Amino acid sequence: MTSYRLPLAGQGASALGPDRDQLLDVTFEGLTLDARPGDTLAAALLASGVRTVAHSVRLGRPRGVYAAGVEEPNALVAVTGPRAEPIATATTVEVHDGTAATGLWGQGRLDGRPDRSTYDAVHHFCEVAVVGAGPAGLAAALAAARTGVRVLLVDDRPAPGGSLLRQEEVAWAQRLADELATHPEVTHLQRTTVVGYYDDNYLVAVQRFPAAAAGTAADGAEGHVRERVWRIRAGEVVLATGAHERPLVLAGNDVPGVMLAESVRAYLLRHSVLPGERVVLFTTHDDAYRVAMDLLVVGAHVVIVDPRPAGARPVLAGEVPTGTVLSGCVVTGTLTGADGALTAVTVASADDPAGPTTELPADLLALSGGWNPAVHLYSQSGGELVHDEQVGSFLPSPVAPRRPGARRQRVRVAGAAAGLRTTAEAVHDGRRAGAAAAGAQDPVDAQAEDRPAPPADGLAETPRPPARLHLVAPDGVDPGSLDTHFVDLQRDVTVADLARATGAGLGSVEHVKRYTTAGTAHDQGKTSGVLATAVVAQLLGVEPGELGTTTYRPPYTPVAFAALAGRERGRLYDPVRTTGAHAWHEAHGARFEPVGQWLRPWFYPRATAEGGEEDLAAAVARECRAARTGVAFLDGSTLGTIEVAGPDAGAFLDLLCTNLISSLKVGSVRYEVMCEPTGMVLDDGTVSRLAPDRFLVTTTTGNAARVLDWMEEWLQTEWPQLRVWCTSVTEQEATMAVVGPRSRELVGTLAPDLDVSPDAFGFMTWRDAPVAGLPARVARISFSGELAYEVNVAWSDAAALWDAVWAAGEPLGLTPYGTEAMHVLRAEKGYPIIGQDTDGTVTPQDLGMGWVVSKKKPDYLGKRSHARPDNLRPDRKHLVGLLPLDPALLLPEGSQLVEEEVLVEGRLPAPPVPMLGHVTSSYPSAALGRTFALALCRSGRDRVGGTVAVVVDGVAHRVRVTSPVLVDPDGDRRDGDPGAPPWSAPSARPAGTLRTVPPTTPLAGYRDRLAAVAPDPAVLSLQELAPRRQLDLRVRPGTPAAAAVADRLGVALPAATGAVTGADGLAVLALGPDEYLLLADGAPDHPALDLAALRAALGGDGAVTDVSAARTTVVLAGRHARAVLAHGVAVDLDALTPGRCVQSLLAQCAVVLRGVGEPGTAADRLEVLVRSSFAAHLADWLLLSAPEHAR
Amino acid sequence: MMLIPCPECGPRNENEFHYGGEAHVPYPADGGAHLSDEEWARYLFYRANPKGLMAERWLHTAGCRRWFNAVRDTVTYEFRAVYRPGEPRPRVGAAADGVGRA
Repeated sequence: MTSYRLPLAGQGASALGPDRDQLLDVTFEGLTLDARPGDTLAAALLASGVRTVAHSVRLGRPRGVYAAGVEEPNALVAVTGPRAEPIATATTVEVHDGTAATGLWGQGRLDGRPDRSTYDAVHHFCEVAVVGAGPAGLAAALAAARTGVRVLLVDDRPAPGGSLLRQEEVAWAQRLADELATHPEVTHLQRTTVVGYYDDNYLVAVQRFPAAAAGTAADGAEGHVRERVWRIRAGEVVLATGAHERPLVLAGNDVPGVMLAESVRAYLLRHSVLPGERVVLFTTHDDAYRVAMDLLVVGAHVVIVDPRPAGARPVLAGEVPTGTVLSGCVVTGTLTGADGALTAVTVASADDPAGPTTELPADLLALSGGWNPAVHLYSQSGGELVHDEQVGSFLPSPVAPRRPGARRQRVRVAGAAAGLRTTAEAVHDGRRAGAAAAGAQDPVDAQAEDRPAPPADGLAETPRPPARLHLVAPDGVDPGSLDTHFVDLQRDVTVADLARATGAGLGSVEHVKRYTTAGTAHDQGKTSGVLATAVVAQLLGVEPGELGTTTYRPPYTPVAFAALAGRERGRLYDPVRTTGAHAWHEAHGARFEPVGQWLRPWFYPRATAEGGEEDLAAAVARECRAARTGVAFLDGSTLGTIEVAGPDAGAFLDLLCTNLISSLKVGSVRYEVMCEPTGMVLDDGTVSRLAPDRFLVTTTTGNAARVLDWMEEWLQTEWPQLRVWCTSVTEQEATMAVVGPRSRELVGTLAPDLDVSPDAFGFMTWRDAPVAGLPARVARISFSGELAYEVNVAWSDAAALWDAVWAAGEPLGLTPYGTEAMHVLRAEKGYPIIGQDTDGTVTPQDLGMGWVVSKKKPDYLGKRSHARPDNLRPDRKHLVGLLPLDPALLLPEGSQLVEEEVLVEGRLPAPPVPMLGHVTSSYPSAALGRTFALALCRSGRDRVGGTVAVVVDGVAHRVRVTSPVLVDPDGDRRDGDPGAPPWSAPSARPAGTLRTVPPTTPLAGYRDRLAAVAPDPAVLSLQELAPRRQLDLRVRPGTPAAAAVADRLGVALPAATGAVTGADGLAVLALGPDEYLLLADGAPDHPALDLAALRAALGGDGAVTDVSAARTTVVLAGRHARAVLAHGVAVDLDALTPGRCVQSLLAQCAVVLRGVGEPGTAADRLEVLVRSSFAAHLADWLLLSAPEHAR
Repeated sequence: MMLIPCPECGPRNENEFHYGGEAHVPYPADGGAHLSDEEWARYLFYRANPKGLMAERWLHTAGCRRWFNAVRDTVTYEFRAVYRPGEPRPRVGAAADGVGRA
């Protein structure tokens, strides 16, 4: 193997560092490479003489390394070890011991093995974000940093300096970086690529960690994350993104051995690699002469081909051997050897490319047609681009955008990205932009500027613009024949392809792009986009500026889906909400099903006599039998629960619900339906009247948040005069349904204070009474048609309730049941599930529930629509029951109903077939001894007793249409088994006493694991607080009621949302303009937090609700507390100082965050108040996100 | 990720908000009892959907849970003004491209 590694490389600033003589174990397709620490895979390949790295996607042509950065179109590889990366550019892969890779034919294949790497995200807030740490970016960041604002500097390369390659230049860059590091408000990220620029200065960047990519980082240590997505909100943005070199189009310009000129110099100076020994440098401008100078220093043979006349070439300080500059000439094509790689180029006169050519032997053709400013992010920001003749490319428009939809963001473009050519210009421009972005006057005059000295190579300080040349082809040649003149190397798009597009009449670059795919590959046209515009303009005979460029879209460089997913994968993909009895369900073998975000017990399989386990059908049949013949219990805690309080609460619910609620007596419960103004069913549930001015409304599990929002919408936007306040108490109370003819015995035993006789405790009433010694509210509500009791206790008492009920119920054969049995039981009774049996086009009347719609009320939401002609049509779809004539046939839900008359010999005719409706619910029924279904069916109620056909997999089955109520149609069972002897209460009942069971906090099971994460509390500690009294207070500030409450609390209410006031042991958090969270602070309770006294103080002009069990508090303390939370919450935590609180989402969970200690100090302390059902999800997230910050 | 200026909480990410459609479409007095079917249908289903400035309702779901109104440019997405329910629509200048209605 020939080594192209040089012992040294002139004045280059080597990236190899002190270990440059160390050889790493790096292989490419089995070949061991000359790879050194600091190399990219491309550098190692070039050092090892590997010329063909990959093959092109469409034509399979051999391709070599072409560039030295993200613009690489050719050298696509798959990294196979140690951590797989299915497709990457060799120019951006940093090598490590053990790196193994293979070349690709244009596209990679996903590695089949699981990705063991960790990916995460972090939210970042700053006043100034600078993209690019080249001369302009460094100067901008430093100028901004000196004003004291928060500055973020992001750069995609391993080290700062950008395009600077000489020792003294890079030393200058490092000096600026060192000064930046002394500013505490500066965050400086290398190996981090800004991939997207979105609305309102929102940048998304991806940071890469080499140790994790190499598989050598320990889990939880800093850098164990392989890629981290930064979600950045910046006040001002400075784009110092530099420029990409523009190639030239000529015959066979894609073969291995053709490279961008400055990239050749980068390999030489950074990696001491000489990519070729006989170099032809084809350039249209002065900058590339610097490449030749550096090549000559190390002894390479260089011929410069320059289309400009001899008088136009720059004067060089160094000695250039006579005849090495061919002025007025162009390279017209390439010649290759047996391996497909470059052996020679052909050169002709620039005036006559079709004329006689000279062959020059060459193993490297270095191309430079000028510079394309990297305006991708600027274009993404909405900025407009204009063509610049001097630069020969597109630049940020100096004027405001004209394009519809374009909005100029708070962005500045500096340095080469703005079309500047020299380092001095870039530094000056960057410093000016950085200072302006930070709102400062520029204090330093240009002459005294700190900038690297220009190289002493004699090249002009102000280079001349490039010759206007993009395509080398003979005049008059048919462009359709130029099928080796490549424009987009990655997509194999040639001039011939572009000519075919323009020949087909396409006159817009956007259309040509889509027709030819030019610019759509992984490189997003970084080298090809401007060329494509220039060539298309030439083909159409217009100026490139008239044609414009395509719109750049994110991502700037490819991003792994795994990085975007971050932590939100597997069990953390979406919050999993669990009830207070979740541990009990797990311990008793429940199978769970997701219901919305909740995880609910689905069924509880038992062991079978054969040593196996019941399947779903067997378990559900058993659970249903227990509920209909004995006693069974269900966790109903997931139902949404909303306390609606205030003097006008009844009137408000009368408007929201279709039936009359205000007439409900305290102690009673009523079924309710809510409709939208369109008259369609929104939700259903029950209303319990707790007090004259307090109601408890339940919602379906999946609709809890929607119904609360619905209530708030009407209160806040339509009826603000109503004195009503709504508070979610879903997680305040755990709910157990005890169901079945023997439930009275069980509840009577558990609640000795409660007279459970049917006369004393009637259907649809509720009573306060201790159950199993726990404070409880018991309601007689049934979702099965059987005698049933709903027992509500504090969420924190759920575990104690389940244990006690299970122990007491065993002699009665108590059976836990899950959601599947619940569905069967309710469907047998014809109770619809909103969202399953309805779909937003169904009225209460369609459901056969006209009885729940008041005829007398002057208004309710939906009333006017219920009188619309369409909702009065007799042929609307009605909810009906279906009994297949084959009693064993289980109709798939969603099956279509058709008239039997349309069938032809029992089969469907040719479409279209008129549809009658569809099956909404379908189950086998233990009670019926057969299958049954519910369906929405056109004119369904008129069809009861008749038959229709249900199509299953194209086969029609006859079914009988029935009433939806199939079990106990007369409701005889709701007070118990009508055949059983009358209830007689036990004669001697022990008096009930309240047990003092310690409440169970939602994270009790996580205590040790949270404590173990962080050994040093000065750095970080995680802890769940003991239960404490929490009240939700609703009162309008400035009212006498607010003053009375503040007086009662002894604390002034905070003046604005997000503020916190407090006194000894009491904190008041302003969650909204009229909502306050009252917290016992430092002790479990506080005497001022007395519900009755506070209600009295409010006098009906506000509401207060106990939410003590609805949330738990996790305290993060220590210097790194905020760093942990920044991974999951998109608010500026620097602003969360003591005395501030904020409501937002943390790890996708709704939380209240409260600052208690000084940010960034060992005394820093942040309280995270999370809803009890989300607490486990949050803890799981913390256990993954915190360890990195624990040391 | 747009930054939406909640009148209570200040600027926050758009994924904390829910969109509530056009503002200033009041629920008809007496629940629409006096309206013809067509007038009622107009209340339910017809919205202006302008290109340019539009007054619309937003809910800060993940924050203060308050509804508010905003005048937003539907061409550029720019929030030009936010105000509380019940307050009149503020006057703001023409849309950025001159296509809106003030």
